[in-house]
Amino acid sequence: MSKSILVIGGGFSGITAALEAAEVGHEVYLVEKRPFLGGRVMQLNKYFPKLCPPSCGLEIQFQRIKRNPNIRCFTMAEVVSVTGKGGDYEVAVKIRPRYTAPKSCDLSELAEKLNANVKNEFEFGLSSRKPLYMDVPFAYPGRYVLDIDHVSEEEKKLLSKSPFINLKDEEKTITLNVGSIIIATGWKPYDVTRLTNLGAGSIANCINNMQMERLASPCGPTNGKIVRPSDGKPPKKIAFVQCAGSRDENHLSYCSYICCMASLKQASYIRDMYPDAEVTIFYIDLRTPGRYAKFAEKILADEKVKTVKGKVAKVEEDMATSGVWVTAEDAISGNKITELFDLVVLATGMQPSLAGESLPIDVEMDSEGFVFESKDKGIFVAGCAAEPLDVMKSAQSGTAAAMKAIQTVRGR
Amino acid sequence: MAEKIGIYIDKATLGPYMDLDQLVEKIKNRWGDATPIIKVFDLVASEEAKKDIKKDLDSGAIDGVSIVGPSPREDTEYFDFGPKVLVDRVNLREQGVMAFKNPDGSPLKPGEEPPQLFWDMVMDYINMSVIKLQKSVPAEGEPLETEKTILVLGGGWTGIHAAQAVADAGYNAILVEKEQELGGYAAKMYKSFPINPPYTSAEDPKIEEKIQALKNNKKIKIYTGTQLEKLIGQPGQYTALLKTKKGEEEVKVGSVVVATGWKPIEPKYLEPLGYGTLKNVVTNVEFEDMAKKGEIKRPSDGNVAKNVLFVLSATNLYEDIAKQEEEERKKKLEEAEAADSEKSEEVDIEETFEPIETYRHLDYTSEVTSLTALKQAGYVREFVPDSVAYIIYEHMVTPGVYELYYKSAQNDPGIMLTKGKVTSLYAGNNDNVIVRIEDNLLGEIVEIEADLVVVPTGFVPTTALEPVINLEYRQGPAFPDLDLFDGYADSNYICFPYETRRTGIYAAGPVRQPMTLARSVSDAYGAALKAIQCIESVNRGVAVHPRSGDLSFPKFNFVRCTQCKRCTEECPFGALDDDEKGTPKPNVARCRRCGTCMGACPERVISFDNYSVGQVGSMITSIKVPDNMDKEGPRIVILACENDAYPALDMAAKRGHRWSPYVRIIPVRCLGSVNTIWIADAMSKGNDGCLLLGCKYGEDYQCHFVKGSELCNRRMINIGETLDRLGVELERVRQEQVAIDDYDRIPEIIDSFVEDIIKLGPNPFKGY
Repeated sequence: MSKSILVIGGGFSGITAALEAAEVGHEVYLVEKRPFLGGRVMQLNKYFPKLCPPSCGLEIQFQRIKRNPNIRCFTMAEVVSVTGKGGDYEVAVKIRPRYTAPKSCDLSELAEKLNANVKNEFEFGLSSRKPLYMDVPFAYPGRYVLDIDHVSEEEKKLLSKSPFINLKDEEKTITLNVGSIIIATGWKPYDVTRLTNLGAGSIANCINNMQMERLASPCGPTNGKIVRPSDGKPPKKIAFVQCAGSRDENHLSYCSYICCMASLKQASYIRDMYPDAEVTIFYIDLRTPGRYAKFAEKILADEKVKTVKGKVAKVEEDMATSGVWVTAEDAISGNKITELFDLVVLATGMQPSLAGESLPIDVEMDSEGFVFESKDKGIFVAGCAAEPLDVMKSAQSGTAAAMKAIQTVRGR
Repeated sequence: MAEKIGIYIDKATLGPYMDLDQLVEKIKNRWGDATPIIKVFDLVASEEAKKDIKKDLDSGAIDGVSIVGPSPREDTEYFDFGPKVLVDRVNLREQGVMAFKNPDGSPLKPGEEPPQLFWDMVMDYINMSVIKLQKSVPAEGEPLETEKTILVLGGGWTGIHAAQAVADAGYNAILVEKEQELGGYAAKMYKSFPINPPYTSAEDPKIEEKIQALKNNKKIKIYTGTQLEKLIGQPGQYTALLKTKKGEEEVKVGSVVVATGWKPIEPKYLEPLGYGTLKNVVTNVEFEDMAKKGEIKRPSDGNVAKNVLFVLSATNLYEDIAKQEEEERKKKLEEAEAADSEKSEEVDIEETFEPIETYRHLDYTSEVTSLTALKQAGYVREFVPDSVAYIIYEHMVTPGVYELYYKSAQNDPGIMLTKGKVTSLYAGNNDNVIVRIEDNLLGEIVEIEADLVVVPTGFVPTTALEPVINLEYRQGPAFPDLDLFDGYADSNYICFPYETRRTGIYAAGPVRQPMTLARSVSDAYGAALKAIQCIESVNRGVAVHPRSGDLSFPKFNFVRCTQCKRCTEECPFGALDDDEKGTPKPNVARCRRCGTCMGACPERVISFDNYSVGQVGSMITSIKVPDNMDKEGPRIVILACENDAYPALDMAAKRGHRWSPYVRIIPVRCLGSVNTIWIADAMSKGNDGCLLLGCKYGEDYQCHFVKGSELCNRRMINIGETLDRLGVELERVRQEQVAIDDYDRIPEIIDSFVEDIIKLGPNPFKGY
């Protein structure tokens, strides 16, 4: 029997679940696959509707983690097996080697000496990184990670001289005894290569909404300047294509919840940066639930933000200008629209991280990859692993999941 | 009070840039016996150093630890020696060597003797650390006996789930419902739109079963026909005065979940949709009642309705109301501003409760009204053979998984879903309602003659209408500043949905935001957890979020208190009450430890064990100010919010930015804790300027303590007189609003302030 709680996934839902349970007084293990905590919100420039930076709340969360001895975080870690039953699970966690000292030392100079430039997944391929890296300056833990697959034997010799590099670091597996498990594995942007009518990711100036977040972020690949990936020029005419993958039986059957608000927010990034830029949002329904209606009203009061009800049928590259042609049918007038834009943003949907994957845990999933909780088993789900949600509701759902986990471990 | 301080220097940080033997000598010369141990470690963030420091502590050689090296935000696990040991961190990596630049802009060069300016900076920061430790004692906390019972206000769907959640976690719940029966609106429903996967059909919310479970649970005490008259005391130790069916009763509770739900919007806001003037226009609440009774009939003649039309919204019909409300809002704002400027020194504490009415509640309920229309269209099809239900919408707001319910409704050929703009509703023959629709998907103006029209209801949160929590707090009975959220008892923070301005009182369900039943269940669980967490934290004597775990709390030296009431007024959390004379009465369990009271107090009678006016004042006055500004540069004190501005400075350095070597940065808990005496201290010691870096305030404020940066700004306006008296120019003090992601901007802000100060010339106090 164990009164400890395991949280799988160190994004905002997982962090919240872990902290809320730990601050009641429970021992919590937080397991994150990537080298850093924070998940998707780490990649966002600002939150809707307040337009405040996510790092502000993350800073508080990280402070809470640092102060709380009840939480133990494991990064680069994955659950490999779970045995036992609700109230008494034995969990094996595999931890990949980081190859760096567990300290906050600045390894930027050493990193610069390495040759390889690796496609930066954190930046959605908009830039490259060195094999020794941190995602962002507020990453937690604030420790470099060495991507050893991209380091030459020569470079290893150089690296081995640093007291902060440990090339002998090895993969290890630890065992945790927990009473309850919270799955907070989050989401991923829907794979644009499947959207063949929308360029399938091959048009330089047709990006997805998460790439837009990185372009707008002050620590992103352009230091916060929204420019066209093809030529680095400021775009003057920008289109947003809503429901890129969502609400579509061939892709995601559900609505991804956040994309309407995200596009309105991103329209405001553009309009704040470029007073002459024109934005068009192609949509099916503008879903701005609750008090978000006020935000929508504010953004749409801008004459240079136009909305067109109509699903986009086609997106094509204009070879001469590197612009992007958008074809849609205006559902109200019935007219077919074909218009050239400098930059097109696909409001790609939210797919559960577990779609097409599996956890070594006996839980039910729906056909899309969303996980169902099981009270009997003491397994609960927080955030977008359960359903598409915004950040506030993810935090809310993380808190609720913590409550359920506590009920499980207390009751036994 | 640390009397013997050990100083531990990180060679990895400073080694390349200065002679550390010389640094150790300098510290010895300055502090002598006060710093009996000064050691240099290759790496201070290491197990070896930790062991060594521990040994020094255990031997009694030292009673305080100053770590000279990386930012206090980093490597924290190496420097935790338990709650009884004072530790301070001198940030000479990020905000020292990495940020330092010479007046000509050049950085420090490794292996070279650093300029005197750098030595001065290093010594200033180390001196401040020693003083800080000397003027601190380990915080001990004030654990309170707590009542492990949670009061759940409201016995509707959310309250029922909250009470159950509380009991399932092993705590007691007292469930208070105003009506004679539990269940609220959920009990009045015929069915609910989907609550569980696969989210395709309406379902029975089974509320009777849930109510029965509560009644059978020994941990839950239910009061129906009961109202909360008064909530007295503080978290952990509240007394709730209940007005029950039998009379008044007092119960002891530790914390509160507010699940008082919503009321339908005033009928006047539905008039543009024909409600009240056309006989056969009903609200969705009235329609639900009909369905519950098993018949869908027209009010005009009692005949069965066969063609039922649901209107979801009609923005264009609300333009006049919107304009009118906007004008009223502006007028009110102007009046408030005028009143503000007339306001004298007199302190006005109690917020008066004003109900909030707005047509916007209708808009905000779009998700629930969309889902309700889909559900009720299904009723029409279920109850009346050969019937047709029309749903006219501008936006079908069925986000997330509710798309699946929308889709399943589309599969019913008797449900006609059409986007369109409803431009008018008028009476036809036989009291039918003719609905005119423009901009619809058919591309023409359409008129539909319906037997019955159903219009939406806005969720007006109960907190918009009355104080609800009826606190006996000096700042008033209700949650403050609810107008920011149009009356919903919501959090201002995306990251922290349960943040509340009244510690220990957590809102859940539609009183917080318009939400579905499924979301309300989850919300009930979340709020119940926060309520439990608060009780447990108070019991351990620690603060709750955002300074969770903090043992320190404000202590009052009442001997010197002049009863000016500023602390009582300014506390963002209403932690202070007062007696007839105006002497503040602190309530530690309501407090969040931001120090706003400390900043407000003109007599400096409020302090924390490890954070006080005297402490920071002494740190400031210890800064060595050169007599000749032209030769050795100005000195400028920066007071930086430790939650946002300070981390932003670390990040700025990590991103390669450097800033003026003339500034000394002191982190503060919140700008709200900045006492104006610190500015006077800085100026009277000859510092040439003072820059305050805090969070954004006003609407969409980002201050984690709600009002800190705003209050600080207000105090800075008042500091003008003090500066004037001192003969110091107002321009020497500036507050800037920054966010944590302003790391590329803050160095420029600092440098331009320094430039302005240099142009202004030396502080006239210099040298005195």
